[in-house]
Amino acid sequence: MGSIQLKQVRKDFANFSVIKGVDLKVEDGEFTVFVGPSGCGKSTLLRLIAGLEDISSGQILIDGKDVSNVGPAQRGLSMVFQSYALYPHMSVRNNIAFALKMANQPKDVIDQKVAKAAAVLNLTDYLDRKPRQLSGGQRQRVAIGRAIVREPKAFLFDEPLSNLDAALRVQMRLEIGDLHKSLKTTIIYVTHDQVEAMTLADKIVVLNKGEVAQIGSPLELYNRPQNLFVARFIGSPTMNLVTGPSAAKRGAATIGVRPEHVEMSTTTGEWPATVRIAEHLGSDTFVYVEADGIGPLTVRLAGEAPSDTGQRVFITPQEPRVHLFDKDGLRIKR
Amino acid sequence: MALKQTMGRRVGLTAAAWLVGFLIFFPILWMFLTSFKTEGDAYAIPPKFLFFQWTTENYVEVQARSDYLLHAFNSIILSVGANVVGLLFAIPAAWSMSFAPTKRTKDLLMWMLSTKMMPGAGVFMAIYFLFLQAHLLDSRWGVGFLLMMANLPIVVWMLYTYFKEIPVDILEAARMDGASLSREIIYVLAPMAVPGIASTMLLAIILSWNEAFWTLNLTNVNAAPLTNMIASFSSPEGDFWALLSAASVLAIAPILILGWFSQRQLVRGLTFGAVK
Repeated sequence: MGSIQLKQVRKDFANFSVIKGVDLKVEDGEFTVFVGPSGCGKSTLLRLIAGLEDISSGQILIDGKDVSNVGPAQRGLSMVFQSYALYPHMSVRNNIAFALKMANQPKDVIDQKVAKAAAVLNLTDYLDRKPRQLSGGQRQRVAIGRAIVREPKAFLFDEPLSNLDAALRVQMRLEIGDLHKSLKTTIIYVTHDQVEAMTLADKIVVLNKGEVAQIGSPLELYNRPQNLFVARFIGSPTMNLVTGPSAAKRGAATIGVRPEHVEMSTTTGEWPATVRIAEHLGSDTFVYVEADGIGPLTVRLAGEAPSDTGQRVFITPQEPRVHLFDKDGLRIKR
Repeated sequence: MALKQTMGRRVGLTAAAWLVGFLIFFPILWMFLTSFKTEGDAYAIPPKFLFFQWTTENYVEVQARSDYLLHAFNSIILSVGANVVGLLFAIPAAWSMSFAPTKRTKDLLMWMLSTKMMPGAGVFMAIYFLFLQAHLLDSRWGVGFLLMMANLPIVVWMLYTYFKEIPVDILEAARMDGASLSREIIYVLAPMAVPGIASTMLLAIILSWNEAFWTLNLTNVNAAPLTNMIASFSSPEGDFWALLSAASVLAIAPILILGWFSQRQLVRGLTFGAVK
């Protein structure tokens, strides 16, 4: 069982508060992602759950038991660090075996568990190498192997893919997804990359300045952001936000519409605009326009769409896809 | 054209480096040569460099007049022993300052270092009487304890700078893996810090080996290390340079050999903090 619950968890430092009262529940077997901009407190929250830092107030419950005063090793969790944090003076085998050695397990049990973890992660040929002799992806796998072998109640991943190049990141992302499906263990995963969040998560917790902005499934956050912060954070390129008369006539202080939910035409439309620049990615085209009296907007078109700088166009949002926000930045339900 | 210039510069710099090295080494070289001269040759003016009657009579005299092996044994026991035991205090202290610092940590480090600024002569009387009352005069335990305490500020400081280079998340990984604090230090921190600990120990042993003030004043016969032996050849009868040289060569030989074989470690230890 690996359910984790946070009740009004606060973390204060000398003169400021990093975590300002967070409530959330992670169900057993769920893949939960903490996502947010730098400095929002997501890594701190993970470390509080891990027990590497003490909470200032509130409770952390694992399987219903209060672990606020329990040390990291006794909480039954495993952590994969952003820098992997492998023991440089130990071989891969001993890195993976270390936790079992600390638990005073007998040698044959240790050997068996290490061999199993190595097989799952394709590390069997590397067991006698030292970390410095491994590539980034291999080190990542050793870090995961070290976490797996403890058979924890939950895995905690702290931005594990940040140090990898783009191609490797995609591959490892898939492997982590596969791992979750085969092990079915609870995972809490911290990242600032919303693509990782959207693709891996069962549930996303969006954090902003130490507070929860919204909790929901990836598509919930995409389709129904509850506030402007989440609306801007989820989705790349960022959602177009428009204030003024266009918003007022729809009964809102601000309206938002995603770049993929607007139409661009050279003849008619709601907002006249001038093309500033067009980015051609082959699969998509991003057109950045300057709309009259409104400001910059982004349009996403499928495939190749020829556009010239200075061209006059008309932008029209798809009405069902327009999000309405009130003057406090909160969603207006339609 | 460019290659020739570089060659010339390189030769010039190498020659200059050798010259500086030779100048620094010269006193030791001179002492070594003098130890093989007769007393008359030792005082000769103009000084004789290589061409004189080589004799080993000084070494014989030194061994006859004092127990070299006892003194050497004491030097080794005191330098090595005091600093190795000092590690038992220094490693936890440096750990707490690097990985669990508080507001006072910087002040504590500065204060520790400031104690080294005070000359030993300032507290000599107090220490002497303390040792006298505790029956610690001429005892290896007594002077060894003092040598350990005298070096602790430096050892803690050097270990502190080494430990700061160790990424704290490796220690946190050990905590997540279930290591208690002592196991974290023994299984993870110490092996990673071995080069740093080795360099620190080397420096500390050399400092203790050369420590003359306390060893001369607090030891006499039983616990007297090599520093006492050298001093004993500087007598009211006058300085017997050849004899003194022989005694000195015998006294510094072990540490010179140790330093030679560990020079890379030493250089690393002394310059480590300079390169980030």
